[in-house]
Parts: sequence; C-alpha cells; structure tokens
Amino acid sequence: MLKTFLAATALVAIAGSAFGAEITGAGSTFVYPILSQWSSDYSKLAGDRVNYQSIGSGGGIAQIKAATVDFGASDKPLTPEELATAGLAQFPIVIGGILPVVHIAGVPAGKLKFTGPVLAAIYFGAITKWNDPIIAKINPGVPLPDAAITVVHRSDGSGTTFNWTHYLGQVSGDWKSTVGEGTSVKWPVGVGGKGNEGVAAYVNQIPNSIGYVEYAYVIQNKMAWGSVMNSSGRFIGPSIAGFQAAAATADWAHAKDFDLVMTNAPGPKAYPITATTWAIMYRHPKDAARTATALKFFKWTLEHGQPQAAKLDYVSLPPALAKRIEAYWAAEIK
Amino acid sequence: MNLIILRRRIANGVALCLSAMATLFGLFWLVWILWTTVSKGAAALKPRLFTQMTPPPGSDGGLLNAFYGSFVMIVMAVALATPVGVLAAIWLAEFARGNRIGAVIRFINDILLSAPSIVIGLFVYELVVRPQGHFSGYAGALALAIILLPVIVRTSDEALRLVPAPMREAGLALGLPHWRVTSKVLMRAASAGIITGLLLGIARISGETAPLLFTALNNQYWSADPKAPLANVPVVIFQYALSPYDRWQSLAWAGALVVTVFVLLLGIAARLLFKQRSTR
Amino acid sequence: MSATDDVRPFARVLTRASEMRARRLESGAAGDRIFKLLTGAMAYLVLILLAAAAFSMFWGGRLAFSTFGWKFLYSAQWDPVARQFGALVPIYGTVVSSFIAIALAVPMSFGIAIFLTEIAPGWLRGPIGTAIELLAAIPSIIYGMWGLFVFVPFMSLHVEPWLNDKLGPSPIIGPLFTGPPIGIGMLTAGIILGIMILPFITAVMRDVFMAVPDALRESAVSLGATTWETVGRVSLPYTRTAVVGAIFLGLGRALGETMAVTFVLGNAHEFTKSLLMPGNSIAAAIANEFTEADSPIYLSSLIALGFLLFIVTFIVLAGAKILLLRIGRLEGERA
Repeated sequence: MLKTFLAATALVAIAGSAFGAEITGAGSTFVYPILSQWSSDYSKLAGDRVNYQSIGSGGGIAQIKAATVDFGASDKPLTPEELATAGLAQFPIVIGGILPVVHIAGVPAGKLKFTGPVLAAIYFGAITKWNDPIIAKINPGVPLPDAAITVVHRSDGSGTTFNWTHYLGQVSGDWKSTVGEGTSVKWPVGVGGKGNEGVAAYVNQIPNSIGYVEYAYVIQNKMAWGSVMNSSGRFIGPSIAGFQAAAATADWAHAKDFDLVMTNAPGPKAYPITATTWAIMYRHPKDAARTATALKFFKWTLEHGQPQAAKLDYVSLPPALAKRIEAYWAAEIK
Repeated sequence: MNLIILRRRIANGVALCLSAMATLFGLFWLVWILWTTVSKGAAALKPRLFTQMTPPPGSDGGLLNAFYGSFVMIVMAVALATPVGVLAAIWLAEFARGNRIGAVIRFINDILLSAPSIVIGLFVYELVVRPQGHFSGYAGALALAIILLPVIVRTSDEALRLVPAPMREAGLALGLPHWRVTSKVLMRAASAGIITGLLLGIARISGETAPLLFTALNNQYWSADPKAPLANVPVVIFQYALSPYDRWQSLAWAGALVVTVFVLLLGIAARLLFKQRSTR
Repeated sequence: MSATDDVRPFARVLTRASEMRARRLESGAAGDRIFKLLTGAMAYLVLILLAAAAFSMFWGGRLAFSTFGWKFLYSAQWDPVARQFGALVPIYGTVVSSFIAIALAVPMSFGIAIFLTEIAPGWLRGPIGTAIELLAAIPSIIYGMWGLFVFVPFMSLHVEPWLNDKLGPSPIIGPLFTGPPIGIGMLTAGIILGIMILPFITAVMRDVFMAVPDALRESAVSLGATTWETVGRVSLPYTRTAVVGAIFLGLGRALGETMAVTFVLGNAHEFTKSLLMPGNSIAAAIANEFTEADSPIYLSSLIALGFLLFIVTFIVLAGAKILLLRIGRLEGERA
C-alpha cells in the first residue's frame, strides 16, 4: 500500500505542468469576486494565470510582507512610511460602495434617509428607537415604528468595517474619539454577523434592525437600503455614478502612494461611503518576471475591465485615476 | 410486591421510550441538515460538478480542481501520518502499557487530538510556509497529517491492546523475534480496528478548512503541482458560501454534499472490511 | 527400542536446530532493538510535535503575555483600536458552549446507544448506526453554515422568545435566559456543537456496550432485571472507563471546534451571563480576527489565545484522567 501511495504522489508531482506564468495574490475578501472574474477572462486572453484568494486584508498585508505571494490586496491603505520601510508600493484596483440596510415593515429600498451623524449616533447607541425625533425629522411621512433598533455589525475583522468606521469617525467626533476606526473595533452596541452575508442574513431575519453591507450584497439579496447625505448636503443612493463621482473628486493628487480613504468625499454627486481596495507589491521585487506579469494583468483590468465590473456590481476606476496609476507604476516599480 | 415490580416495569418502559426518542432526535437533526444541504446544492448537482473547474462568479462551473487537490492532499497526509502513527501505537501497546512514559505520551496525544485545527494551521505556516516563501500543497498535506496523526495513534493503540495475549505469546513461543510477531501476527489481528481509525481520521480531515487557509491556500485554476497553492474543497466552500452569488452558493453546498457522501462511503467500506475480517 | 538409542541422531539434529535458532535469535535481537528504537522514536515524535506546536503558540503570544501579564487572563477588554486585549470572554465562551454541548450530547448518545444495542431489531441496527455516523461525516463548516442560515432564524423565531417568557423571570436560572431573541449566542452554538460531537460519543458507547460479555448481562437478566436495569447496573459500570474517556474526547473536540461556532456565536467581546446573548470562543475569535489583525499586539493576543486553549484542554483532560484513576481505584482495576 505504501508503494502505491508513493507512486501516486510522485505521479502527481510530475503531472503538475505549467500553462503560462502563474502568480499568486491574496487579501481582501471584498475584491475576491471581481478579481476571480478578471483573472478568468485574462487567462483566456493572455494565458497567464492570476490565482487570487480571499484571506482578508490583514492576511494580504501579512503575506506580501512575508513575500509568500506576488501581490496583496487590502481595503485599508498602508501609510507611505510603512510602505517605504517595507519596500512596497500600493495602488487602487477597483471601487465599491457600502450601504446602510434596514429591516422595517413598510419601508422599502430607498425610502429611508440618513445623515452621517445619525448613523454614528445609532451605532453608538445614542439613538435607540426608530421613531426618535432626529430620524423622523429627516424622514417626513415615513412610517417609523416605536421599536428598539437592533444594530448589526461585523463579527469578523474586515475592510468593510474599516471604511464604515472611518466614515463614522469623519462625521462624528464622539465616534472618532471613543471607538475609532479599524478592521475590528470595540462596538458600543449591537450583534455581529460573519461576513457581509452574515450581516445581510441577520438584517433579513431581525425586525427593526440596521446593518452595513457592500453594494453587491445589497443588489443580490434585494435589501432595503437607505440613502445617505453627502458632504454637499444631498441624499445620495447607491449607484455606479455615485461611486465614480466620489472616486473622481477625491484628492488623489495630494495622496502619496494613493494613501487616501475616500469616505465622505466632496462633490455634489458623490456617494459618501465609497471604498477602494489597493494592490500592494514590492518596488524592487526579487522575481521581476512575476511582478511584471502582475502589472500586465492590472493594466488590462484598468483598460478593459469595465464590463465585468459592472456585471458584478463593482465600479471600475475613472480614467484620470487610471492614468495616475500607470504613471505611478512606471515611476515606482522597477 | 406487585407495586415494586410495576414501578420497575414503568421505569424500564420510560427509559426505553426515552432512548427511542433520543434516536429520533438524532435522526431529526441529520435529516434537517442533509435536507438543507441537498436543497441548497441541488442547482449545482450536475455532471459538470465533476468535470469543470471552479468558475468566476456568475458563470457555471464545477469543482474538479478542488476535488483533485483535496484528494492529493489527503493521500499525502495519509501516507505521512499512517506509518508514524501506527509505529508509535505499536510502541505504546507493546513497550509502554503500564508505565509512566506511556501514560504521558497517551495524554499528550489526547491533547493534540483536541487541538483546534486553526492552531495547527498556524504552526505549519510558521514552520513551512513562511521560510519557503510561498503557500504549497505540501504544507497543506503536512497540516492535515498532524491533525490525522493523533487519531491514528489512539485508535491503533486501542486496537493493538485488544489483541489477546495468547496470540502474542504463541508467536513468541515459536521463537519469532518480537518485531516479526508484531508485523505478522498483531498487525493482522488489529488491522480492522486500525483501518476503522484511519477512516475516522480521513472523515475528520476532509472537512477541515482553517488549517488549509494558512498552508495550501487555494487555487482558482487546475493545479496539480503540490509545490504551489493547491485547490481544495473546504476553502472553496468557505469562500463561495459567504458570497452573494447564487451559482457560487449552490456550488458550495453541492461540494459539501459530495464530501459528506464520500466520507459516508468510506465508512461503509470500513464496516464491510470489518465484517469480512471478523468472520473467521 | 529405548529412548537413549534415539537420542544421538536426534541430538545432532537438535544441536544444528538450536544453532540455527540461536543465529536467528541473534539477528532477531538486533532486529528487535531496531524495532524498539524505531517505534519509540515515532512515539516520541508525537510528544515533540505537541511540544513544538505549544511552544510556537507561546512564542507567538509572548508579546501579549509580556504586555498584559496575568491581567490577560481575567480582563474582559477587547479593543483592537486602543490595543487592549483580555482573554476572559473567549475562555468563558469556550467553556460554556462546550459544557452545553456535552450536556446535550451525553444523554442523547446514551439513549441512542441503548436503542441500538438493546431495542433495535438486528436489521435496523446497521442503517441507524450508519445514519448517526453520517452526522460525523458532515464537514464542520456545513454545521456552521446550516446554523447561520437555517437554525439561527429558527431559534430566534420559535425557541428564544419562548425561553425568554418562560424561563427569563425565574429566580436563579433567569439571568441565563434573558436577552433579545436574535438567535445567535452561546446556547445556539452549544446546541450545534452538541449535535456535532454526538456521533463520536454514540459510536464509542455503542461499541463498548456491545463488548460487555454476554455472561454478565445474562446473569443480570436471569436474576429478573429489566433491560434498563441491566444497562444501568451492569453494562454501564463495566464500561465506565471507556465511556468517560469517550465523553472527554467529545469534550476535547468541542473545545477546539472552529468553523461550526464561528458563524453562530456572534463574536461579541462582552462578558454576559445570558446564554441567549452572543459571546465568543477562543477558536472562533482566532478564526474571525486573525486574517484582519493589523497590529503586532493584536496578532500576538490572538496567538496567545491559541496557547491558552492548549492549557484549558490540558486542564480538562487532566481532570478526566484523575477522575478515571479514582474510579479505577475504587473498582480495583488497573488504569
């Protein structure tokens, strides 16, 4: 029996053949679907196989720092200092939005309006009932029940949480000083669901609840989202246009190494809780060929990746940003 | 007198009734969970499940690369853990039955048995993946082997200890050296128990996700090279089930169903083997 | 013919035979030595493996231990942004959910084992035994996912409101069953764990009950014992050691289970007495937060949790062994 095992193992090892180049990336769960779609299409065109796996943004950062992957993907940017110390470079690859979703009888998608401070107060536990006058004031005519709000947040660490808490910190000084921002925080109130799916599941099951999920989940699960007031005072709902407007007006020119979190971006059409994911690579990689393959792939996604992104409810980067990124590659990654 | 007998009879009836209900209770959960798995995975239970690779979201596909990768890693894990485990069990059963060091090693083995698989995954990550600089199927197989090892040690130890002393003594009395007695006599006698233990261990490692996440990672494409990330079923289930895409979700449940059926068939095979061996 | 006439030719044969045997024994002795060394080395490898794994966890957690000291063990703080961590909530959740699992699984397993060995007709034993083992074949992540999508809504809609109403107001156990009926929590996780470990304990119990010598059981029956009395007073005491061992192995599995509880425990780092509220377990905390941990102290705290789980398992299993030893001594058996 042992001989058969050994023979099988040897055969397996020999059978592993190379198709084109194969590179590995790991990190953010947020971009996993779109990267796997892009990778599949790209491999049919160019033959190179980009194997991306979602192990979380923190995992992505850890793995690229340990050089066990060719690129990492993170929903949270590294600071230029961190990048310089580790010899890394980063750039955005795709955009998405995070929406508040509710489960209130008689309130369909798009009916409810929130302002940033209201969301922060709800998640802080300062506003505890749906028919609180503050909520009622910005939602005239909406049937708000006299019921306690069940807050749903993430139970696992996540880039979605990072962007959400970053936004709450921007609109509420209390939140910023007490809770802060991070992939995992000490939530003042609420229950935790695992993954976007977990949060969506709980909001769907628990009446009078509120949660935050990524745009793709809202669309696929047909959830009741609420619109959010942006920094120009307008209530914006989720749309490709809203996300792209935020990305277009964000101040990339002054963000070294694209270290900019786009929440609460200026601009009348911008959706306030827009997020991006960064790819992280070595500036002077040990294996230049693999990094070159990765860059070729990302270049293709910048130039040809829009249709797939739209189909999966992601947003591709605006052209100006794409040009900036390509210039960054030429300058930084050798 | 009659009253006492009546009371005992009632107690008996109640106890037996409760035990029948307990069985129904256990079966109820089984049916519920299986029903959920089948109904959610039904959409993906087509022949292409076994012939196509893991697809991008929104497209149809199968789990061929995942099944293959899992199979390869399980085979490697078994090849690694079985000799070590059985030899260790032989030592425990033959040379360390009543003494202190045997008790210590058995105790340590039980702790290893209860160790959370994620901790084993982290351990192998630090040991193999980080120094090597990349994820690999070999690291995944090693993690699975470490999870499998204590199961084999424990069950083989018990099986060998159950072999009646006269068999051992007969072999020795014939002048056979100890190692010959063990390999020719004891192993054959305990083989049923050892194989059952092995199959129980395989059942355990076929469903383990966390250790593979840090060692073999996963692969979107056909991968037959264990030196690189290898596709595997548990991680695919983990990633697909929590996604918002219907096709991915039904693939996840279908994959889980296949794993369950595979383990069940192994178990049935084990019992058939046992029946064959014990009818002497 | 006298015996002595036959001895000389036989003696020559015997001498040669004994020479041959002596030669074989010598090689056998060398073979035996290698055999003992090889198998012993493998056994010590198991020891080394655990020591290495435990040590690597300890090494990874040393930052957390040195920063927080003993406070790490009893602090309920878990703030990734302020970088303050304490292990009390995960340890508590691990112990409580495992205890619930055992409280559920042991009586059920006992009942099923009795059914399989005493009541079920022969043709039914195989299928039902296989069905119970099927529970063991289901991957643990399916338990988690089924729990999240199917069982949690069931708990929150039907079970928890009932528990809240009926048991919430009671005096002592009341606080255990209060809280909004959201479905996730230590009770739900404990139930799912219990179903997960049920087949393992059942399989062992059934095997050892069947191994009770017929003579013992028949003698009880001939004295007029009912089936229940036979099981309770003859089979169970006879197999007590193995049964307790099986229970503690199931407990060990429950303590370390990751995927089944991660989805339904809620990962809340607040210490609550209520079973209906979300909690945390060591394995679930590591699984939920490891890949997103973004500071060295955060990572180190999670790995330190892993090390603490080794300690908890050690204590639980040591307790089991002491219990077994004590019972064994009372019964006059060897350990």
